Amino acid sequence: MLRILATLGALALASGVQAQTIKIAILGPMAFVQGENHWAGAEMARDEINKAGGVHVGGRRLQIELIRADTNESNSVPDATNAIERVITRDKADFLVGGFRSEAVLAMQEIAMDYKKLFLGAGAAHSKLGLNVEQNYERYKYWFRIAPTKDVDLVRTLFAVLGSIGQQIRTDLKTDTPKVAILAEKAIWTEALVAAVQKNLPAMKMEVVGTWQPSAKATDVTAELSAIERSGAHIVFTILSDVVGITVGRQMGERRMKAVAWGINVEGQKEEFWQATAGKAQYVSTLDTFAEVEMTPQTVAFVRAFKARYGKAPTYNAATYDAIMILKKAIEQAGTTEADKLIPVIEKMEYVGAAGTDTWDKRHDLVWAVGKTAGIAVQWQDGKKVPFWPPSVKGMQPFKMPHSN
Amino acid sequence: MLQDILVTGLVNSGVYALLAIGFSLIFGVARIVNIAHTAFYMLAAYCFYALLTKTGLGFALSGVIAVAAVTALSVVCYRLVIEPVREHESAVLIATIALALIFQELMLYSFGGNYLGIPSTLEGVVRVLGVSIPYQRLLILVVAAVMLAATWFFLYRTRLGLAIRATANDLEVANLMGMNVHRVAMASVAASVALAAVAGVVVAPVFVVDPFMWLAPLVTMLAIVVLGGLGSLKGSLIGALIIGYVEAITVFALPGGAYLKGAVALGIMVAVLLVRPEGLFGVAFEEER
Repeated sequence: MLRILATLGALALASGVQAQTIKIAILGPMAFVQGENHWAGAEMARDEINKAGGVHVGGRRLQIELIRADTNESNSVPDATNAIERVITRDKADFLVGGFRSEAVLAMQEIAMDYKKLFLGAGAAHSKLGLNVEQNYERYKYWFRIAPTKDVDLVRTLFAVLGSIGQQIRTDLKTDTPKVAILAEKAIWTEALVAAVQKNLPAMKMEVVGTWQPSAKATDVTAELSAIERSGAHIVFTILSDVVGITVGRQMGERRMKAVAWGINVEGQKEEFWQATAGKAQYVSTLDTFAEVEMTPQTVAFVRAFKARYGKAPTYNAATYDAIMILKKAIEQAGTTEADKLIPVIEKMEYVGAAGTDTWDKRHDLVWAVGKTAGIAVQWQDGKKVPFWPPSVKGMQPFKMPHSN
Repeated sequence: MLQDILVTGLVNSGVYALLAIGFSLIFGVARIVNIAHTAFYMLAAYCFYALLTKTGLGFALSGVIAVAAVTALSVVCYRLVIEPVREHESAVLIATIALALIFQELMLYSFGGNYLGIPSTLEGVVRVLGVSIPYQRLLILVVAAVMLAATWFFLYRTRLGLAIRATANDLEVANLMGMNVHRVAMASVAASVALAAVAGVVVAPVFVVDPFMWLAPLVTMLAIVVLGGLGSLKGSLIGALIIGYVEAITVFALPGGAYLKGAVALGIMVAVLLVRPEGLFGVAFEEER
């Protein structure tokens, strides 16, 4: 009898111990900067929450436990699907956070939905991820986008910044119609962006002199840049996420091109970009998420704490921090960790995070708004990433043109 | 546009020629299917990067040490991995693929997956026919020319070069003539890897250093050597020029299809091989007659 009681006691204790944690799988290419930032942002959230006593659920305090899942998605989509399958079935993850490459995240989304696991994306931009929610809500409602905004909203931000750069060129060079060369890597996520840029620039009184689409893995764009130089472009509109972003930054600097690079350059968001381009990426500018500017009351504190802990600034993938904080808020509000009960809570939530102020539409995409979710623009100046847009946010600095130096 | 294509094609070709010379020597002349060839190029780039940025040694000393260290490593790899299976071509192929993957994973473990940049040996830019060319690219052209001449001299004016050609032509006869075929093969591997290492040191500053940087050049090198014709250094040079110019023409003629430049170049290679299976300047070997 005593043995039975002892066994029952041990079982009760074991189940109690199990219930003391909320398991969150962090999905990312961990050998790469994107995954490093996924993990770092998550670590900061976990430590902050656990130090403050954990997540309050129905009178209990649950600690956050992170599961590090290396998706290797930059190189292999099957590696990513294997990783998410593993954390769900073997590691028994309660929630999924992260992802980077759209092709891989689309595949991972399917598996997460199969298992009805809440999946908070912190890396992929493709519209299809949100479109799935709208077209088949019952299946895809477990997906929410935390960062970045969807591709077409990225274009809205890009156009807003491009408008101000174009105005500066009109004034400096006394030209009515600035010339723009589109340089976009050939990938699924760039398709909608390229089409939108080609369609809308004439309406912005800008001339598209051509569209060049190198491979995302290109390590030489000599021919592309020669052609762009010959076209007389004032702006090189970049839509790049892979190593080609470094190649473009470096080779534009080596050629001392007078055109300025603006757009999305994911590699350009990283602290390591300046070193990777051997210090040649002067004036390269890109859309970004984090800087020591007052996007929200939390941004500066988060960026400083991140820099103090990891020795470098966060990239947008560190929005895993916000994702976990959103989960905490939703769990505490709903009083449960059940995904189906958390969904309506997040749908109605307005969350003021480190990256911005988040609300979601019917696709579970972020609602785009300058100063809230549209992000910021930064430019590399003498080895430092200088934030310059939106001008209304405190802490912004002037944008510089190569032709004025 | 014509002057852009002329200059850009030449600049591209210089990079390819420098990369192709060593591969032409090992694969085209010595007939050793060393798939790890471009992995040694990657190792030299990492070694050069580490010496230059971590130890503060200058460009010249870092470059010399990197080339020497990687060449020495190739000799060790030959003795341990290639020599035991030298008689079986497919085994050499598999063993050197494994070697390349081991090097890749070791670099991934040691340096992470981050992209690294090596400063240019020569800073500055010159304008030729209105086209900007960084000095580093000119350096590559010069080094490619020097390496090509040196390799030609080595192969056709030295006893070891004669031995390499003889061994490649007929291994058994060379053996019967008293040549130490294993030592000759080892010298072939060392010489070709030294060329790959020189390419790593000179070319890496215009590219990006990462653990996967050996893959893309491998396909291109294979294409250039096969297009030019196995066993012909001249063919490799012409092959490099063709690939370089085809890529430049593709980008200028079809900007939206710039990502296709590699595929177009490889398509040209296949077309040439359909007409001339031995390549443009191929040397017919005994076993292929």
